[in-house]
Amino acid sequence: MKRRSFLLGALGVGGALIVGWSFLPPRSRIGTRDTLPPDADAVTLNGWVRIGRDGTVSVAVPRSEMGQGVHTALPMLVAEELDVPLALVRVEQAPFDAIFGNVAMLVTGLPFHPDARQSALVRTSEWIVAKLGRELGLQVTGGSTSVRDAWWPMREAGAAARAMVLEAAARHWDVPLGDCSILDGVVRNIDGRQVSLGTLVGALREVPIPTNAPLKDPRRFRLIGQSAPRLDLAEKVTGRARFGIDVRLPGMLYATVRTCPIIGGGLGRVGSEAALGMPGVVRVSTLPGMAGSAPGVAVVANSYWAAKQAIERLEIEWHPGPNAKLSSAQLMLELRHALATQTGIAFHRRGEGAAALARAARIIDAEYDVPYLAHATLEPMNCTAQFVDGRLRIWAPTQLPSVLRHVAARSAGIDSELVDVTVTLLGGGFGRRLEVDFVPQAVSIARDVAPAPVQLIWSREEDMTHDFYRPAAVARLTAGFDLNNRPLVWITRSASDAIVPQYLRRAYPDFAVDYPDKTTAQGLFDQTYEFPHRDCAHVAHESPVPVGFWRSVGHSHNAFFVESFIDELAYAAGRDPFAYRRELLAKHPHYRTVLELAALKALWGRVRPGRAQGIALHESFGSIVAQVAEVSLANGGIRVHRVVCAIDCGTVVNPDIVAQQMEGGVIFGLTAALHGRITIRDGRVEQSNFPDYEMLRLAQAPVVETHILPSSAPPGGVGEPGVPPIAPAVANAVFRLTGKRLRSLPLRPQS
Amino acid sequence: MEIKVNGKTTEIEVDPAMPLLWVLRDVLNLTGTKFGCGIAACGACTALVDGLAVRTCVTPVGSVAGKAVRTIEDLGGIGLHALQQAWIDKQVPQCGYCQSGMLMAAAALLSANPRPSDAQIDAAISNICRCGTYQRVRAAIRSLARVVREGM
Repeated sequence: MKRRSFLLGALGVGGALIVGWSFLPPRSRIGTRDTLPPDADAVTLNGWVRIGRDGTVSVAVPRSEMGQGVHTALPMLVAEELDVPLALVRVEQAPFDAIFGNVAMLVTGLPFHPDARQSALVRTSEWIVAKLGRELGLQVTGGSTSVRDAWWPMREAGAAARAMVLEAAARHWDVPLGDCSILDGVVRNIDGRQVSLGTLVGALREVPIPTNAPLKDPRRFRLIGQSAPRLDLAEKVTGRARFGIDVRLPGMLYATVRTCPIIGGGLGRVGSEAALGMPGVVRVSTLPGMAGSAPGVAVVANSYWAAKQAIERLEIEWHPGPNAKLSSAQLMLELRHALATQTGIAFHRRGEGAAALARAARIIDAEYDVPYLAHATLEPMNCTAQFVDGRLRIWAPTQLPSVLRHVAARSAGIDSELVDVTVTLLGGGFGRRLEVDFVPQAVSIARDVAPAPVQLIWSREEDMTHDFYRPAAVARLTAGFDLNNRPLVWITRSASDAIVPQYLRRAYPDFAVDYPDKTTAQGLFDQTYEFPHRDCAHVAHESPVPVGFWRSVGHSHNAFFVESFIDELAYAAGRDPFAYRRELLAKHPHYRTVLELAALKALWGRVRPGRAQGIALHESFGSIVAQVAEVSLANGGIRVHRVVCAIDCGTVVNPDIVAQQMEGGVIFGLTAALHGRITIRDGRVEQSNFPDYEMLRLAQAPVVETHILPSSAPPGGVGEPGVPPIAPAVANAVFRLTGKRLRSLPLRPQS
Repeated sequence: MEIKVNGKTTEIEVDPAMPLLWVLRDVLNLTGTKFGCGIAACGACTALVDGLAVRTCVTPVGSVAGKAVRTIEDLGGIGLHALQQAWIDKQVPQCGYCQSGMLMAAAALLSANPRPSDAQIDAAISNICRCGTYQRVRAAIRSLARVVREGM
């Protein structure tokens, strides 16, 4: 497919609609007094803010808290503009309304190279997709977009609320508006009188929503930029925090499932007599498989334990289906073959592209590969459902309540309006909870036991063997240099399964347009090292393996490819890897500054004997991250002692949350770099629990130091950008220690 | 059988083979103790039995008869335990799912050894945290070890 038609394809989600409304003014996202459900003890000021008689400020948060701190960072945006202390703020789940849709996620999903950011094509495309996003109203937490998306609407909602509070105060005292002010939640009259927010609730009911309340000058920020303590920790250290698995309802039953262990296989005969005779067992149900879930069997009982005991006693025959011989080793060969024989989709081309290779005096190339990976959220998949009073109620730890509701309604055969969704805290998300495969299962089981509520809990084994895996990938990188050894041409060819088309088919078939998938090529086609001629293409190779979005998605492996290869080029040129990168970034000072900060803080080049440093730089999700890893080898294993991390993520809302995300990103990426590998044999995933899919633990955890570049640009993402650079930083350090280039993950220095 | 949890004795009718985890969660509705792996590999289900850290997902409830079980809900009694305060001071949790188990493992460690070395912390805290809060867990435990030292 040509680049032009693929761009049109990427925009083609509702492309015909675009023509009709692209000239309408942007839809306001501030909402109305009716956006939120009524609350007799509070006054609703707009779609995001209400003030209670007790003086608390309730903020509607449409994003899921999965550890990344959005239930603190997003309320901070409102609290800043409203000028109330964070201690007064309560988080409330946002209802379904278009104002809460994640527009930034769609806009940032466009496949453009960073060098093209100011072009008319890019700006027009972004403008159109933003409009589409406002219409679609998709409530989704992902793509490190929560703060980026909320940056304008939630500050505007806070500013509008502030203007209303001042207006209400002026009416309360019958004084000019200019006599009233608010600071730290206290409303003051110029004559010294004060009034609490709660007292103004009555007056606030009469004040209209302003249309143009001014936003604060960033120089006057008091909260944004501060490491405010997280709002969710008191409940998380006392066991009071409620995750999906902690939902407790009167008369609730528990269920667990066993689904076909062979990818694409089916359910045959089920012998359930022994299981039904077990104590506490209520029923055995079969599940057809839907929204990405495999066909299988559920057992309902009065505790998870009883259900789990009984499911072990089921006699199940599985139909092996078409993939009974599927193996990941064979799939890797297929990927290599696809890479060698297909041209793929061109994501980026500059100058003469690959043709410039003919003029190169010196050519260096290398091939890399990475395996499938599981998400392994610590809270296993679960979902609670109940059919009662003609409605379907769902409680779920989900990143995507909009699609969850749609899929629940579809599987129940009812209208979406009849489905209530409560989003609980998430015991980890990492992209796994963008999937809704467990929803039709819970709905089906709940219908069988209606009106009793039922909590479906997967075993760890079910969770690990029925994930939507980070795709395996192979890549060949080629660089050509001229007679003076100057960079001439940069070519990347990669092959992996494509996530988005597969995802849409299973979760959102109404939108299943088969357009090129940027997600698996991102971070490979859009790097900024200066080569005059560039050519980057990706082969989407379809396999039966379920693949999905894994924290940082394509960047998770593409940074390994690019940053390892750049390191190879540096050593081939006899140059220091830091100095070499610096030079290739001469026209991109923004990236160079981040690289330099990491090198400076890590004391690049000064390391104690027996250790070595490795450096890597990668941009993803609107932020640039550089990491320097300090590594040694002991008993053949890799030990990472310290990671210095520099990030430019634009305006920082909460520096300590950024640091948390860098620390977490490094551990997540390092777990994959040192241990992560999902393999498939005879159509089955071979790993089933933590001993065979090992996690980094405290004893192996490095100290991560985070340094944030000051910036006044709009915020970038932070949930994912800490992940991509760590694997190449460590691999590059290992090369310095051993002289051996490791081109596969996980890193095995002895193999 | 009778079970003593958080200082309170309760009569329960369950199979003695039922793991303590599911008795806590599904019978007593004490949901602070979490399910992660079911095979004692991750530590999310850690609680104290007679002051020792145990992985409740593989501990038959019959084996804790007559012993004192303590869960995260009672770690601080009516207020916060010093460890819980340290966890907040160091802003340890992210998603928080593993943190009950982390805290109980740390509580068992500090009650047996108020001044653990880093190697002793490594050995005692083998819990999985998928969010990667390890360095803050270590810092929180260390900060408390220092408080203990200063108080002596």
